[in-house]
Amino acid sequence: MSAIYPGRSTRRRTRRGRSRPPVAAVLLASVAVLFFALPLLGIVIRAPWRSVWHIVNASEVRQAVWLSLKCSLTATSLSFVFGIPLAWVLARANFPGRGAVRALCTMSMVLPPVVGGVALFFSLGRKGLVGQYLYRWFGFMLPFTTWGVIVAQTFVAMPFLVLTVEAALRQFDPRLDDAARSLGGSPWYVFRRVTLPSIRPALIAGLVLCWARALGEFGATITFAGNYPGTTQTMPVITYLAIDTNPEQALVLSLLLIAISFAVLVGLRDRWLGTGANAGAASFGGAAS
Amino acid sequence: MSSFSRSGRVVALVCVIASLFAACGTSATLDSSLPTEAVSVGASVAPTTTAPAPVTIVVFAATSLTASFNDMKAAFQAAYPYITVTTSYGASSALAANINNGAPADVFASADITNMNRINTVGAKTPFARNRLEIMVQPGNPKGINTLADLARPGVLYVTAAAGVPIRNYSDQALASAAVTVTPVSLEANVGAIVTKITSGNADAGIVYRTDVIAAGSSAVGVVIPDANNVVAEYPIAIASGSTHQAEADLFINFVLSAAGQNLLTGRGFIGK
Repeated sequence: MSAIYPGRSTRRRTRRGRSRPPVAAVLLASVAVLFFALPLLGIVIRAPWRSVWHIVNASEVRQAVWLSLKCSLTATSLSFVFGIPLAWVLARANFPGRGAVRALCTMSMVLPPVVGGVALFFSLGRKGLVGQYLYRWFGFMLPFTTWGVIVAQTFVAMPFLVLTVEAALRQFDPRLDDAARSLGGSPWYVFRRVTLPSIRPALIAGLVLCWARALGEFGATITFAGNYPGTTQTMPVITYLAIDTNPEQALVLSLLLIAISFAVLVGLRDRWLGTGANAGAASFGGAAS
Repeated sequence: MSSFSRSGRVVALVCVIASLFAACGTSATLDSSLPTEAVSVGASVAPTTTAPAPVTIVVFAATSLTASFNDMKAAFQAAYPYITVTTSYGASSALAANINNGAPADVFASADITNMNRINTVGAKTPFARNRLEIMVQPGNPKGINTLADLARPGVLYVTAAAGVPIRNYSDQALASAAVTVTPVSLEANVGAIVTKITSGNADAGIVYRTDVIAAGSSAVGVVIPDANNVVAEYPIAIASGSTHQAEADLFINFVLSAAGQNLLTGRGFIGK
């Protein structure tokens, strides 16, 4: 199977090189490019460049940036701890209802985040299904706390890591695991030294996407965790509220978030879709030798 | 040859889509040039003779007006069957920002004059309703909140709105007059979100409008704020200068100011103009 890959990709490449895309496709594609470029251009042009530093340096903005970093990195770590085993189970274990479990665990990806926030409200809020016991027994509640933000971010972001890593695990030949185990490696050792390194590109891509999604989380956060400087007011939340009262601040914050998103995507290049499998296959070859 | 004709079809499709957009544009400009001279038509003049062409007006109203303006919309549409009212509710500050960014509002009903003054209007900014503040707490008032000062007690989760939202300014005035300093746990986007945080059981208290306490029914109770510290919120209404249906917008405003409209407002707990 993997032996066919190089041949197929070269064939595709030569075909792509020879043919010229139809005019209509180029025209429609240009409209699509403009569609994505114009909003960014709007922000870049309207941004108050002279006062950017002044605005970024305002204490509430710095607080929001710091809080956003803290929460999104924690959410990404939580996604790693729980999401990698989940991806492994979804890719390797055969059990009835696996499709349903996958759908359940990745639904928050396509769910409107505000619905996620409402769902968290009724499950983990102070009067929620589980939340009421957390509060009654431990006096602990998630709404209005930084942990509430982290939970909301993890809820919407973890599927990005799970799906990316699951896809990579499926591409990866399990016989290699078997071989390593037959040589005496413990399951944990094999996972750490054979499986993980061979899916590294996908893992990194998944982590970065997960982090970017957590950083951009807004709907679930403001619904579930609220909005208070230093505790729950993340960059997207302060951006949203600033549109009404302080548009310049909103523009600068948007600029900041755009710059981050852009850097993330440029950094990932084509690891996300398609070529990720090839990259995995390449390092798979390296691990095998 | 066949691929050429296919791409030709795609181009044709693009042209159709483009012309649809163009058509929308023209109809909008035609509408705007319609009946601007008919602004002075009074609410008492019932539509007679030939049925006028159907018109849709967009009313932007403060969150606290949600229930009463839903009533208003139904009653107004019954009186003027050719006019459809689309309502959009939100913090007056958010609505004003939207209007300034080109949102197609015909009528703006704000919960304070500050946000009304942020937009360009046509004609008068008419006060049409007043409201009082109350402390909203959970049913049974488990935290025993009886005064504004109780909000500052440790362990009381107090929520308010973000800066610029009318309820925030009114609440701050009330708290300042009682010399109370409270640290909120959250600054919500509008008064509706404050209510939700309390009725869902997550927050203990917030200062809201009396009409919000009435609208919440059994899911929350109100604690009266004495007149000495209370604030009267005054709601103005006006035609947005970008309105393309000023005659109908004027009809709507007149309806709000009419006895029928005022009854709907007082029925929801507002104080009439």
